[in-house]
Amino acid sequence: MHPWIGAGDHDRRRILDELGLGTVDELFASVPAEVCVDRLPLPDAEDEATVFRHMRSLAESNVTMGSVPCFLGAGVYRHVQPAVVDAVLSRAEFFTSYTPYQPEISQGTLQAVFEFQTLMCQLTGMDAANASLYDGATALVEAAHFCHRALRGKRSRVVVAETVHPLYRQVLATYVVAEGLEVVTVPAGGDGRVDADALGKAVDGTVCGVVVQSPNFLGVVEDLPAAAAAAHGAGALAVHLVAEAVSLGLLAGGGSLGCDVVCGEAQSFGVPPGFGGPHLGFFACTEQHVRQMPGRLIGQTVDADGKRAFCLTLSTREQHIRRAKATSNICSNQGLMALAATVWLESIGGSGLAAMARSCLARTEELKRRIRALGGPWRLAYPSSPTFNEVLVLGPGSGAELAQRLADEGVLAGVPSARWGGSWPDGLLVAVTECSSASDLEVLVAAMGRIS
Amino acid sequence: MSIPEELLYRRTHEWARKDGDQVVVGITHYAQEQLGEVVYVELPEVGNSVDAGEELGTLESVKAVSEFNSPAAGEVVAVNERLADEPNLVNEDPYGDGWLVRISGSPDDDLLDAEAYKKLVEEEKG
Repeated sequence: MHPWIGAGDHDRRRILDELGLGTVDELFASVPAEVCVDRLPLPDAEDEATVFRHMRSLAESNVTMGSVPCFLGAGVYRHVQPAVVDAVLSRAEFFTSYTPYQPEISQGTLQAVFEFQTLMCQLTGMDAANASLYDGATALVEAAHFCHRALRGKRSRVVVAETVHPLYRQVLATYVVAEGLEVVTVPAGGDGRVDADALGKAVDGTVCGVVVQSPNFLGVVEDLPAAAAAAHGAGALAVHLVAEAVSLGLLAGGGSLGCDVVCGEAQSFGVPPGFGGPHLGFFACTEQHVRQMPGRLIGQTVDADGKRAFCLTLSTREQHIRRAKATSNICSNQGLMALAATVWLESIGGSGLAAMARSCLARTEELKRRIRALGGPWRLAYPSSPTFNEVLVLGPGSGAELAQRLADEGVLAGVPSARWGGSWPDGLLVAVTECSSASDLEVLVAAMGRIS
Repeated sequence: MSIPEELLYRRTHEWARKDGDQVVVGITHYAQEQLGEVVYVELPEVGNSVDAGEELGTLESVKAVSEFNSPAAGEVVAVNERLADEPNLVNEDPYGDGWLVRISGSPDDDLLDAEAYKKLVEEEKG
């Protein structure tokens, strides 16, 4: 058989003879008949150009983020995308490279990652950041393991605010089973923040870490210093989880608010929303715990001639050296997306990021004013809680109903807040970024006004 | 290579010095040579109880991270705090200022004397 030309009748016959079978169906005899499809209801074969035209006309019947006013968020955010990001990303030296196995000859990749780490340290207020992780959900998992290791494996419970993204919590629940860790979930209070009293009660000497997302899944800015104090009071570590990284352009990162870890999702930095990803996880911590940091770290040093050079550092703790005793099974990193974030941040700049974040906040506050003015069945779920660029809006019907009715009016108005459960009201999470124009807001509020 | 006569040794290259009803623990000259420059030492908490052979902590060098194990059963009564800032003491003075942990208890019965340990090292060196 040819390695890359599919099997023909002759090849299939030979395979079946080798297996002692008469027909291909016999090969799949163990698959229950009720789950088998006899014949897919497909039209007759057409040429490539005709099929392509047909598929494109099907795709055009989708409503996309760019074709109508869009306020979808809930963990995936739309921001401006300077053309330079894709221009740098698509260079073959970066685009086709996997993680550098001979790192010291990959100085360009190492420098880009070192810059990414530096930017994440500056934004989070932390001493050290790693070369990236897969996404925000796996960053949460690594944070739980980090806290467990940092307290020498003696405390096996992790307290997680219910206001952490529900999908992140699902991923955490999947991972911790194998580690023997127990996740204690503290419910949201009436103000859309994690219930502070319940959090205080949940944290005791058996807890290794306390995880709070801010801004949280409901868009509300959490009280990180209080969460950090509750954690430290019981000898546990405090984790600031971030799902909307642009918030770090305006709100202080957990490093300056007493947290030991700041980690999460950096898709907002130059990675456009796409169905299924890719996303970009990040992880930063204090110097005290740097040896518990999962994944890859790039350091700056000097070469034999005294010139600036970059190297892998602390890799003695990675799995290719330490095997089963490695800090984490994360060894490579989300290199291309980390490069996207680096180019994006460096082209937008510190003051640009701050301006973008202020714009998000201002437009969100404008939406809140308009919803208050609209009145009727429409209201804010947490009218007096601080938010950044996302708000939970309640209206006449469930979140899913509202999303559908507003889509019928030509607006992708938000993500139903009860889609993945939760103790909060069932409404719409409406995200407003610098990409949401004044006319987009007009269209949204006018559409809401037509629904009662 | 130095293998002091008065010490006892584990096959995994830790030494033990009996000091009254306590045991001082470190790694041997040969072990530090094999590890290379030590850059970080992770020590147990004072008050921990340990069994003989149990992992006490880790030594990180520029090329590897290795565990070190306890040559005695008992309670950790002290750790070498100087190693936090001067981990290379393990290289410079493995039997003196580079000690790691002090344990209340007696050395394990299975330990080697200097002569037997010397033979082991020679075998390992081939």
